[in-house]
Parts: sequence; C-alpha cells; structure tokens
Amino acid sequence: MLRYQHWPDQDAAGGARHAVAIVGAGPVGLALAIDLAQAGQPVVVLDQDDRLSDGSRAICFAKRTLEIFDRLGCGAPMVAEGVSWHTGKVFFRDDLVYSFDLLPEPGHARPAFINLSQYRLEELLLQRAEALPGISLRWQQRVAAVEKTADGARLTVATPDGEYRLSCRYLIAADGARGAVRGLLGHESTGQTFHDRFLIADVRMEADFPPERWFWFDPPFHRGQSVLLHRQPDNVWRVDFQLGADADPVAERAPERVVPRIQALLGPEAKFSLLWVSVYTFACARMARFRDGPVLFAGDCAHRVSPFGARGANGGVQDADNLGWKLRAVLRGEAPDRLLDTYADEREAAADENILNSTRSTDFITPKGAVSHLFRDAVLGLARDHGFARRLVNSGRLSLPATYDGSALNTPDADHFAAGPRPGAPAIDAPVENGWLLDATHGGFTLLAFGAPPDGAAAALGGLVPLVIVVTLPAHGLAAERYGAGDGTVYLLRPDQHVCARWRRFDADAVRAAHARALCRGDAA
Amino acid sequence: MSDLVTDPNIAAPDDFYAALIDAHRGLSEADSHLLNARLILLLANHIGDLAVLREAMALARAGVAGDKAAT
Repeated sequence: MLRYQHWPDQDAAGGARHAVAIVGAGPVGLALAIDLAQAGQPVVVLDQDDRLSDGSRAICFAKRTLEIFDRLGCGAPMVAEGVSWHTGKVFFRDDLVYSFDLLPEPGHARPAFINLSQYRLEELLLQRAEALPGISLRWQQRVAAVEKTADGARLTVATPDGEYRLSCRYLIAADGARGAVRGLLGHESTGQTFHDRFLIADVRMEADFPPERWFWFDPPFHRGQSVLLHRQPDNVWRVDFQLGADADPVAERAPERVVPRIQALLGPEAKFSLLWVSVYTFACARMARFRDGPVLFAGDCAHRVSPFGARGANGGVQDADNLGWKLRAVLRGEAPDRLLDTYADEREAAADENILNSTRSTDFITPKGAVSHLFRDAVLGLARDHGFARRLVNSGRLSLPATYDGSALNTPDADHFAAGPRPGAPAIDAPVENGWLLDATHGGFTLLAFGAPPDGAAAALGGLVPLVIVVTLPAHGLAAERYGAGDGTVYLLRPDQHVCARWRRFDADAVRAAHARALCRGDAA
Repeated sequence: MSDLVTDPNIAAPDDFYAALIDAHRGLSEADSHLLNARLILLLANHIGDLAVLREAMALARAGVAGDKAAT
C-alpha cells in the first residue's frame, strides 16, 4: 500500500505553489514525471488511490514504448522481466490461416513487443521515479476542483486530513478514462461505443504454447466468436473471449461460466487456476482538444481505443514522450508557450490514427450485420491460400508510433532521400560501435552525422540552447542504410527522438533554423 | 474523370454471363452469397486501384432501390 503523507506545503499560506502538477500516477503520469525530473525539473504527482493499478489492464508494450522507457532509464528491467514476442498467428475455425512477424529484421535493441502486467510495469516506473530527486509523489490526494488562473491553474486537493490549495503553472491530466480533471473543466471525450462484451481471464497454468499472439476467429471451442491468447511472465496467460452484445456481464464473470470456456480452449486434461476475471465493453473516443490553456490532457483521459492493437497504453506513453521536452523548454524560457500547442496538434493526430486503426479492427472482429459477417468470413476463407486476403485480415493493427506529418515543428526535406525516417517520424534504431544508436540520443536534441564529422559543427552549434549533441556514425553499414544516408548526411532529432530535419550536407545555418523551428522560436514556425 | 470502364469490355458477353450463372449452380442461397463475396474480393484485388473500386461501388449503389442518397 502506498501511504498518504502530509507534505509541508499543504499548510503553506496562500497554498502550495509548483511549476508542474501531474494528476494520475499511471504509466503516462509516471513516465512524464520521470522525464521531467531526470532533466532537473521538479514535479508534483497527485493520485487519488493508495495502490497501483490491479487486475487485467494493459499487457502489451510496443518497441517504441520500450525505447522511450530506455530514455527514461527503466527499459532494461521491463524487458528482462517481460515476455518478448514478435509473431502473431491467426486461426479461422479449425485451421491456422497465417502467421505474421512484427519485427522480421535483426539489429534492433528492443523486441517488437513485451507482455508484462500493467501493475508490474507501474512498479518499475515507480522505482525509477522514487530514485530521482524532484518528484513529489502524493498518494490519496484527489483533485476536487480546478480553476484556470492568470498564470496557471489552481487546484483544490482533497486528502485524508482535509483539503488544501495547490497552484501550478501547468497542470497535466493523466488520470485515466474516468479521470476527474476533464469533467471538472467542463470537457468531454466523445466517440463510438461498441456493444459487444468481452471476457478477460488471467490464468496460471503450465502450458507449452509459444510466446506468440494467437487470435482465433470462430474457433471450434468458442463458436461464432473470437478468442485472443497472450503469454505473460510466470506462467500466466491472458485469454480474451468475445461474448457478443447480449451476454450478461455479471453471470459471465462467475467461475462456473469461465472455467468451462478455458477448459474448452486448453483441452480436458489442462490444469489451471484463475487469477483475474472481468467482463468489459469499450469505446473509441477522444477530447476535441488536448490543451485548455494551462491544462494538458494525456493518455486515456484524452483518448480511448479498443484493446485490439495495443494502442491505449502505448499511445499514452507517447503522449508523455511528446510533452516532456516541450514542457521543459517552455519552463526554462527556451521556447514560447505556443510550443505546447504543438503537443495537442501532434498527439491529436496520433490519437485519430490510433482510433481509426482500432475501430477498423473492431469492425472486422465483431462485424455488424449479415453482409459484414459474410465478407469477413470470405476474407478469412481466402486468406490461407492467397496473400492478398491475408493483408485484409484485421485481428488488430498493432501499435506503431505516429509520424507527425505536417507538424509545424518539421523542416520539410529540401534534399532528396530515397529511404530513412522522414521529418516527423521517430528515429530508427540500429547497432553502432558501442551499443545502440537510440541510446546515443538521450541528452536532448541530437545531430546524427554520417561519415566524417561535419567541419566546425561543434563550434557552430555550441551556443544553441537546448544543446545539440553531435553523434557521428559511419557512412556505410546498417545505420546508414536505415537512414538512407551517405557521406555527409545529417539528421536533426528532437529530444523525443523524432526527426525534425535532415540534409545531404551539413550547413550550420540550416541546422540552427531547424532547431529554432522545432522550438517555435521567432518567425521560424 | 472516369477510370471505371463501363463501355463493353468483355469479348464474349454471353459466355461470361453463362459462366457466372454456372458458377452458382447447385449452391444453397447462403453458399451463393459466400461465392459472390469471394468473387468480389478476388476481382477487387485484380483491379487494385482504390479510386476505380470506389467508383464501381458508388455506381452499383446508385442503382439500388431504397437507397435515398442515390436518387
């Protein structure tokens, strides 16, 4: 249990005053707090609970999310503990239809996905947060009221020993799908609610299924519905049964209903124990705007998706990744406040992409009406023998990071590139001399320079704030290939490792202009 | 601009029509529907161009009674 503590500033005359307050100590709030604190920015985190999340929530964490956690100094224990996987298999009725590989090439530090319970992931984030100075983690502190002020936001915080006032320049709402902050400010998250009910069971058993994602359409052991199986650490398996729209959510949760369903999947000999059961429905929805003056919304409170594709928690961690460096730059006076508008612009577009993908997956998995069902089954029937139909099968388009096409922070290509991440795209990992490319980009803005180090780069860029680190890479080899680079090519990465500009030849003025543009400085944007 | 070919394009139209009807011979109504769905998917992949496919879908739908948007 995470104990309530009475902080000295709760008694301060005029209330507590902080630069940044985050509401919600889930994966998104903790990731953002770590990002700020490890760059020296103190932060307060408020959470109304006295414990981390329990039960069955997110389990699939994507490669990009792990790369972000590496930057936050806590990726390694997650990967060590989680079950790494990259293969998905799709079954239709009695047959394996096809399998797909989410990371078919070697030469990446992180796997396509790991499966790890959200609870353990949060514990590892919390360990990292507690090891950093500057994070005030406040449990059992609930936001009861919010008002926007001339210079930020003022909260009324309810605690076990009464209320206190807390003011902050920026407030980050990361308090989940049912979080209070959104409603307290009069905002809502709107979209499409799906009516099919699903049963989640976390089961402990000795089984020899491989660490793969298995998805069944209309299997013999669960006729007319779909089933999804994931392996977690410690012989725990996540099984997700589609139940249909008419299922009784209370009756379906009873062990006497759940056990036979699992037994049918595993066979009559299988021995297992139930760890967790829940019945859920879901919605795809988002807020119209992820920023309201001093308040920024991140994670499930801002956007929700169906579980197919693992785009919920992964999308939320990318929100934190996008927001952290922008907040730091604005608070240090290195960028104007409007840089934070680009958080909303970029992450709203990313949320739309996640919602589109997860809605389409849901429509394929739970077809509405006889004709949708007919086409779905026709696709599955053709998929075993025909590659084109496999491309149409949609059991979940698994989480990929968004490319911020059209972002005001990008400097459009002036030179020709046949390959490599375009402006707005996240940097691609590759093995380099002393480890991994992405690990070399953890200090802020980074200039990746392929071939001979650019003449005078250090001197020309030395005065830039935030700092630009220059990382030199060979003009040949896997990294150069992945970046479409030749001798002289340079890429400028933002602190969140997204490309903001690239050139065939180093030009200090161009780099300075792109750096300014990525920070919304002057008329560059 | 119209990419969808609606001028006569089948050299032996009677043969095609007979083949289409033959393809369904002996099937239950449900199986016939499934065959049609498979046929649409196969032909759509052969055409490939989404603009042409959208045009064909819109044209097909415009001729269906009961679709208010089509009138």
